[in-house]
Amino acid sequence: MKTVLTLPPAQLAPLARGYAAAVAAKRRWTIGGIALLAVLSLLSGWIGQVDPVKFWSGLPRFASYFYDIVPRLRLETFFADIAEWFWNFDGWLALLWDTLLIAYVGTLFGAIAGFFLCFLASANVTRSASVRFGARRTLEFCRTVPEIVFALMFVYAFGFGPMPGVLAIAIHTAGALGKQFSEVVENVDMQPVEGMTATGASYVETIRFGVVPQILSNFVSYTLLRFEINVRGATVLGFVGAGGIGKELISSIRQFYYADVSAILLIVIGTVFLIDWLTELLRHRLLSLNEAGR
Amino acid sequence: MTVHKSPLRARAEADLAGLKLRHPAVFRAPLGARLMTAAIATFATALAVYTLWRFGFSPLKFVEGLGKLGTVVVLMVPPDPGNQFWNYVVALGETLAIAFLGTLGAALLALPVSLLAAKNVIANRIIHFSSRRFLDTIRGVDTLIWALIWINVVGLGPFAGILAVLTSDFGAFGKLFSEAIEAADKKPVEGVVSAGGSDLHGFRFGVLPQVMPVLLSQILYYFESNVRSATIIGIVGAGGIGLYLANEIAQAEWPGVAFLILMILGTVAAIDWISGKVRLAIIGTRGRVA
Repeated sequence: MKTVLTLPPAQLAPLARGYAAAVAAKRRWTIGGIALLAVLSLLSGWIGQVDPVKFWSGLPRFASYFYDIVPRLRLETFFADIAEWFWNFDGWLALLWDTLLIAYVGTLFGAIAGFFLCFLASANVTRSASVRFGARRTLEFCRTVPEIVFALMFVYAFGFGPMPGVLAIAIHTAGALGKQFSEVVENVDMQPVEGMTATGASYVETIRFGVVPQILSNFVSYTLLRFEINVRGATVLGFVGAGGIGKELISSIRQFYYADVSAILLIVIGTVFLIDWLTELLRHRLLSLNEAGR
Repeated sequence: MTVHKSPLRARAEADLAGLKLRHPAVFRAPLGARLMTAAIATFATALAVYTLWRFGFSPLKFVEGLGKLGTVVVLMVPPDPGNQFWNYVVALGETLAIAFLGTLGAALLALPVSLLAAKNVIANRIIHFSSRRFLDTIRGVDTLIWALIWINVVGLGPFAGILAVLTSDFGAFGKLFSEAIEAADKKPVEGVVSAGGSDLHGFRFGVLPQVMPVLLSQILYYFESNVRSATIIGIVGAGGIGLYLANEIAQAEWPGVAFLILMILGTVAAIDWISGKVRLAIIGTRGRVA
């Protein structure tokens, strides 16, 4: 029979004490964390007017809402019912096309602006601390103010329509992509850059031939991801009058055109799925191209 | 500006023709690649031009709008809350409450569902597939739309906002958590099970310690992002500072708008700072997501 090796009690005791102390310390942290979380939750519940009674009494309405927005399809008149459900299919598709174009042009302009700003915000290619500070704060401002707030203000300045939506998305995208781009730039291999500097190349030449070849595929990948996000964002910009399908959606929700709500939501969700799938495909192609090139 | 030529550059320029002959690929990309670049650039530009034409973009109207925007910016200085300061503070508190409870509730509800959607926990493909599509559908609907739906149920106010953030994050967390669980190393689980532990033990001691830092990091990240989305959810009447923001813009009260935007910027910066500290304290650098 095997004997289990154990330390003599004199050596074991301090180890066991140390273990118990470590476990107790960890437990104190966990309990403290949970207590803090509970206090914050109660406080938030009070400020946020959480009302379980209202929730339970309202819950049947949540279920019945989904029952109401589902159209009545009968087997004998199936195609006629579908046609009635999607009665404004062409009109909705045109609005959806607007939404996609808002997202596209907004992403394109935002990416171009983010591209030019990101070098100014990167510590390894921009020496001047004040330029960097200015560029970083600008990007921060652009991405922290929600795009729908920009849209509200632009609708005031430029009038109703898709142009305020494009501008709002472009500004937000410039801020978000500019930050991500500058993180990529700060992680580039500096040897090509030093090589360029050694030949006496100018700032623009150094960036063009020393930095850009290293970062382009990452930039494209981030931009495609941002396009995906912007398609979702553009669907609700219409809520404040900045063009696209959102206006139609919010008016059918507010006026209780139940079948329209489900039809528009289905079209929107389907399009979002399709765009996600396409951009993922593109990004994978890009990544595999990138790896083959290395 | 005088261009300072280094000796290296001078030598390279002297032998430029020879260099071009010896390394043609460095100086000229292959024809296929150049055609591809040109085609993509042409298509991208054409689509942008078509869009501007379709949207009736005119430079004159644009400049006019910019002028109006400039006036707005001038009117915004100095930012001034008027007599609404305490209303704004309460609304900001609502915004934080919406983000906090929405994120927390979504995380608690999503954890069990994410197990159903993880391939290595539930081997049944139908359950796996249908729970994934269910989560995708929830995620496909924007938070603002969920807010409109919840307003029907619990009425106007921050409670509807909490439920809206909770619902849309439930979809996102379910997907992210299940991906984290799928990426977990199997060996600790096998170790626990071979030492006589049940499947539940395997999950608790084999999977959870691996995925916990990732999950906490994602929850913190979503909390930060929800503070931003909770600032606008009031635009449709679901509580928080967005209601005031929309009202002040509609009434062209620009000093108030500027003050609200500054409040939002300050709060977001503070929350990012705090959550950075929390992330470091409980996760260390290990769980940081790229």
